[in-house]
Amino acid sequence: MEGKISTEVFNREKAEATVKALRQSFRAGKTKTYEWRASQLEGIARLIKEKESDITEALRSDLAKPEMESYLHEISLAKSACLFALKNLKKWMKPEKVPAAITTFPSSAKIVSEPLGVVLVISAWNYPFLLSIDPVIGAIVAGNAVVLKPSEIAPATSELFAKILPEYVDSSCIKVVEGGVPETTALLEQKWDKIFYTGNGKVGRIVMAAAAKHLTPVSLELGGKSPVLVDSDVNLKVAVKRIAVGKWGCNNGQACIAPDYIITTKSFAPQLVEALKVTLEKFYGKNPLESADLSRIVNLNHFKRLTDLLDEENVSEKIVCGGQTDEKQLKIAPTLLLDVPHDSLIMKDEIFGPLLPIVTVDNLEDSFEIINSMSKPLAAYLFTKNKKLEQEFISNVSAGGILVNDIALHLANLYLPFGGVGESGIGAYHGKFSFDAFSHKKAVLSRGFAGEAGARYPPYTTEKQWILKGLINGSIVALFLALFKRF
Amino acid sequence: METLVNDLRRSFQTGKTMPYEWRVAQMEGILRLMNEREKEIMEALWTDLAKPRTEAYLHEISLSKAGCKFALKELKNWMKPEKVPSLIATFSSTAQIVPEPLGVVLVISAWNYPFALTIDPLIGAVAAGNAMVLKPSEVAPSTSAFFAKFLPQYVDTSCIQVVEGGVTETTELLEQKWDKIFYTGSGRVGRIVMAAAAKHLTPVALELGGKCPVVFDSDVNLKVAVKRMAIGKWGCNNGQACIAPDYIITTKSFAPKLVDALKETLKEFYGENPLESADLSRIVSSNHFRRLTDFLDEENIPEKIVHGGGRDEKHLKIAPTVLLDVPHDSLIMKDEIFGPLLPIITVEKLEDSFDLINSRPKPLAAYLFSKNKRLEEKFVQKVSAGGILINDVALHVANPHLPFGGVGESGTGAYHGKFSFDAFSHKKAVLSRGYATEMRIRARYPPYTHHKQIILRRVIDGSFIALFLGLFGLHRD
Repeated sequence: MEGKISTEVFNREKAEATVKALRQSFRAGKTKTYEWRASQLEGIARLIKEKESDITEALRSDLAKPEMESYLHEISLAKSACLFALKNLKKWMKPEKVPAAITTFPSSAKIVSEPLGVVLVISAWNYPFLLSIDPVIGAIVAGNAVVLKPSEIAPATSELFAKILPEYVDSSCIKVVEGGVPETTALLEQKWDKIFYTGNGKVGRIVMAAAAKHLTPVSLELGGKSPVLVDSDVNLKVAVKRIAVGKWGCNNGQACIAPDYIITTKSFAPQLVEALKVTLEKFYGKNPLESADLSRIVNLNHFKRLTDLLDEENVSEKIVCGGQTDEKQLKIAPTLLLDVPHDSLIMKDEIFGPLLPIVTVDNLEDSFEIINSMSKPLAAYLFTKNKKLEQEFISNVSAGGILVNDIALHLANLYLPFGGVGESGIGAYHGKFSFDAFSHKKAVLSRGFAGEAGARYPPYTTEKQWILKGLINGSIVALFLALFKRF
Repeated sequence: METLVNDLRRSFQTGKTMPYEWRVAQMEGILRLMNEREKEIMEALWTDLAKPRTEAYLHEISLSKAGCKFALKELKNWMKPEKVPSLIATFSSTAQIVPEPLGVVLVISAWNYPFALTIDPLIGAVAAGNAMVLKPSEVAPSTSAFFAKFLPQYVDTSCIQVVEGGVTETTELLEQKWDKIFYTGSGRVGRIVMAAAAKHLTPVALELGGKCPVVFDSDVNLKVAVKRMAIGKWGCNNGQACIAPDYIITTKSFAPKLVDALKETLKEFYGENPLESADLSRIVSSNHFRRLTDFLDEENIPEKIVHGGGRDEKHLKIAPTVLLDVPHDSLIMKDEIFGPLLPIITVEKLEDSFDLINSRPKPLAAYLFSKNKRLEEKFVQKVSAGGILINDVALHVANPHLPFGGVGESGTGAYHGKFSFDAFSHKKAVLSRGYATEMRIRARYPPYTHHKQIILRRVIDGSFIALFLGLFGLHRD
């Protein structure tokens, strides 16, 4: 079976051979046709439909992900990405005509999209199905050959891909390579035409440094501390439900666009905390550690990382709700903290878990400075009815994306680019942005042999120069002279 | 350098680069610089490259002015947020893409078009609202000095700075954290730039080069085609241009005609003694002079010269030189020539040339001269390059609606026109909704029940719009 790489160690030689084989397939031209791309997408759509229960099972095994979340966030989003791509593929593949400049009259100009070639997609463990399929859809739709390296920290999903993807797609052009650091390193040593990485900034730097050796362009979908600014003039009940489901209803906070921390006014904080407590109990009951509607923490490493954040001196006493942990089951309850020190660990790195610190300020406007003093996050949120504050937030806060009065859902609008800026990443995807991320936009200018401008050629004279200057400035008179004056 | 970047960052954080007025003022300043200092610019280009007046004026000043004016004309449009379908048809919700400056950017330019290749990215960075450092090439020292001396008189120096220097200064600059680095030059240094950028997760645009092939069909207006090709090669800084033709591929049968036409045209353009023509740039430095003469002096090469070959080391001049059928593994066919030497490779059938081209690193530009529309279509489909031009050379750079940039070894990213604005912007997704549209049963909220799942499944079923609405809780029970 071509698709699954053998279970021997995947080393440099294997990586080289894989890339070589894919390059051969690519050069043969098979990935370029509309038919091939559509058939791959249809295969993926079928995979999602037929293997839904296997996927849900793998996600349960890897993350104890609630079935509702698996359905809504992984399966449905993947399906919709696939169908949106199928619907628009013909349109996206069409060359885009652009205006021809007077300078080059007569001519026709267009931008032709072509695949970059052989690309590498490295995905993450928290949405292990979606974050693998989504970029792969982009790669296919743009006509590339692709290697998918799913995260080893979500091994059931990784194994599922290795096993079933080859049954649904053309494995001479789409391959799955499983593995951890050694395998990924072997892959990163190869020359790719693009690398698409989803994960953290530390590894993002390693990926980009490896890409630099081959001048390979990269997309890095990273993370950050996504702030939520909460104003007092909101519909509190609704706002809190949206925040809560955006935080704990997204893989129990282990999501790149989950709220990381809240900023609100000193005066409003007590109300906010109360409302959050009420909502949390409504959602997860009195014993959240036993709720089936919360993902577990992915592994012991991350569990320890999170409990360390809670156990830090001066931090544990700031817990106002939750804090329960169960190491055996790798479960941590939704936890609220109020006014942790600004230099505590929990305020330093991306939390990526069910802990939610609330930072208070005197005026809401002070929060902009706090947010902008940190690295640019993948998302920034504001809850308010105040249109002026909303406009100021949009103008002054830099983040990958901004959502006002809700959480996370901007990623479901396929007309919006999804990606980071600064520490939160490079490049964007979703919808047509996925197609563009894996394409080269080739400029094509075409002329005939009419329209000769003798003024172009040496020996150079002042008169010729004058005509050409006019031509560059788009002067019709200069064009006339250029075309008809004999030298 | 750290202080310099910190100062620029502070200026940027005050928000002064954001308003339309500031950006326009900078661009108007740059236009004034080009109008008022034309003499100094021409002098610097003459000193650095002996660039013929006409070339210097047209390729460096005129094109830059046109780019600046285009940006001024379009800036308001570019700055406007772009509304996209929000899919929530009710109650004041909007989805838009808001362009914002990346922040503090570094522009490193090249020596061959030292004025234009500094000004062009500068215009893009300014239009997008960034603060920046410009590092002109030390291999064109007069132009570099020109920028250091005069630019500050025309722009806001609290946000736009010029740093002169060579490897040491550039290395120091590259150690800093930038929000974008825009580099024009060679692939070797491009790798160094990207590796330095990787440490800070800084996005890069790399405008590099390659061996731009020219496929020459016999079905052409030969006189016109050869003139256009010659001017694209020797009329662009004497071949020292990233999009200058590097080598020609033509059929064995057509090659003699092509060579004769080339000889005739070269005589027309540059006379009997091209080394003395004022219409040819000199070679930029003795390093590059030696690099080029080494190509010519390699074993088995001198006998392939069919025209030219003359050189004048004292004045760093090399005459337009045409070679026929050099070995495919010779040095001159290995690296980018970047000079006035033009090898012609012959094939049996023209279609064989596509494989030849595709077996090499992707170039910045690929050219085809042919009247055959089918061949043209095949060429466009099969040959991958930064850009493609049919029946002319280099001109695509003058169309601001076309992205100018490479692919693979020839670079990453593009600019010119709106692409310059985009290159220095972050496109921020912004979604906004209100509170009015909360439905009674919100299936998206825990506790997750089987009933809620059924509702959602029925509603969503693959429609991305229904999914979107479902996620927002905007579905009927």
